[in-house]
Amino acid sequence: MQRGLTSDSIAVRPAAEAQVRRKIHPDEWFRNATLIPAVVLLVVLTLYPAINLLMMSLSSITFSHGEQHWTFTGLDNIRHLLTDWLFVVTLRNTLIFVVVSVVVELVLGFGLALIVSGVPRAKGVIRTLMILPILVPPVAIGSMWKLMYNYDFGVFNQLLDLFGLDPVGWLSETRYALASVIAVDIWHWTPFIFLILFAGVEGLPREVMEAARVDGASIWQTVRNVVIPLMTPALTIAFLFRSIFAFKVFDEIFLLTSGGPGTSTEVVSLHLFKVFFEQNDLGYGALLSIVIILAIAAFLVTARGLAWRVS
Amino acid sequence: MLPFQGRALLIGYLLLACAVAIVALPFLWILLTSFKHEIAIYSGALIFPPTLQNYDDVMLGPRSNFPHNVRNSLIVASVSTSIVLVVGTLAAYSLSRLVWARWIARGFLGWTLLFHMIPVLTIVGPWYLLFQRIGLYDSLTGLILTHITINLPMTVWLMMTFFRDLPPELEDAASVDGASQAQTFVRVILPLAIPGLIASGVLAFVFSWNEFSIALNLTSRSASTVPVGIAQFVQQFEIQNGQMAAAAIISTIPALLLMLFGQRFVVQGLTMGTVK
Repeated sequence: MQRGLTSDSIAVRPAAEAQVRRKIHPDEWFRNATLIPAVVLLVVLTLYPAINLLMMSLSSITFSHGEQHWTFTGLDNIRHLLTDWLFVVTLRNTLIFVVVSVVVELVLGFGLALIVSGVPRAKGVIRTLMILPILVPPVAIGSMWKLMYNYDFGVFNQLLDLFGLDPVGWLSETRYALASVIAVDIWHWTPFIFLILFAGVEGLPREVMEAARVDGASIWQTVRNVVIPLMTPALTIAFLFRSIFAFKVFDEIFLLTSGGPGTSTEVVSLHLFKVFFEQNDLGYGALLSIVIILAIAAFLVTARGLAWRVS
Repeated sequence: MLPFQGRALLIGYLLLACAVAIVALPFLWILLTSFKHEIAIYSGALIFPPTLQNYDDVMLGPRSNFPHNVRNSLIVASVSTSIVLVVGTLAAYSLSRLVWARWIARGFLGWTLLFHMIPVLTIVGPWYLLFQRIGLYDSLTGLILTHITINLPMTVWLMMTFFRDLPPELEDAASVDGASQAQTFVRVILPLAIPGLIASGVLAFVFSWNEFSIALNLTSRSASTVPVGIAQFVQQFEIQNGQMAAAAIISTIPALLLMLFGQRFVVQGLTMGTVK
């Protein structure tokens, strides 16, 4: 009896203590007061609009004298979606935009992180400079590049002129516009990938790198056989994060091309903007929004599995 | 950490020099452009008589709406940042240190994650209808509410990672000393979380200052912000290139200040969410 009691208390106590340690005893009033403001905000400004999207997608909404008029139209918007070839073009453009820009950003950002970690000096200066594109308003970046791409006086056509070449309509010719816009995104976001991967590279275990050096591994061998395997989780997460954020791109493209010429740079966010606020088709815009939200939710679930497996 | 030596080191430095030039030159080019008369911009001259005319037109011109935009942006960014810090920090503390049912914690974090990942334009349509109905369209209050909402997920996650790193003995000790939970939070936990508050605060401020797609659609002339003002230079019938460059340069001031004085916090904030 005595023995049983002791072994019991030994078994129980650490677990109970750990529980108390991890989460302190609740004081109901304080506990509610801490979370309720955020919950109220999310319910009113995200959950309610999300539910509203469902109702909007079954309706047609018009305005007269500042009043909203909702007409129930059932599945009309879905019928519209099935014949919306522009949405397909938009998805294709977005896919090209995301894949090309994110892959190039990863390669450049990773290379830069490796080089910066390998040189003895200039780390601080480079890191400082790389913060700038990330923090500057995307709209300012859009207008900067719009000036640089300008047909008459932009810096690129000036350079072409220097070599005796004809000027190029970087943003006005269908075959160049998407590439020009992708180049801006690469310029804008490679520094971000660099910052994340640089933190990762600097955090690699010193002994492993030292061992590779002692064994006489070349730089290329070290990168391929030691650094890349160790960095795979960080690379995967950077890839997934950037892909999702590249998918949302709006500001720069709105300024640079507004989706043109034709539909050559029309991406998902821009298409949503046009349907909602230029064609004033709030019902159809809502349906598109729902489709996009569901697609991203599906992507997140898949990506979580992928990130899980890698790390 | 890679053992660069000899020629490899030289190539490394050359590549770095290229990277620095590629990042920095566009900024310098636009800076030069902002000091040029429209004629000098079109001639593409590298040597030109510098002028402050563009800045004068943008900030002091009688027909310019830009000073008003700057004022709106400053109000919206500072008020929304203050509020999101309070709301987000409380929620982060609650979710990381207090006992909540699993479905509440999971539901909260999952929903904010999804909301953070979707293009904000999916939700701007319903916001437009809502704000029109309750009279918040083209108002600073409406814009502040939306900016609090979009910055909430980031603030909550960043603060959660900070709270998780604090040892639980702190709260135990405070409660032994007779402090209530609220007192413990305010007097013990909050002072230790100041680096986290600064990191979240500067990022929330910058993201609010930079935010374009909401401000474009939920404001008209009276509540429009700096990014909307810049975009208007592009949409005008006759593009004022010099003024556009000057406005773009002015809009980068918060970013420049942060780069020079808040670098540590920015790097911490940007890398934390993805590395951890």
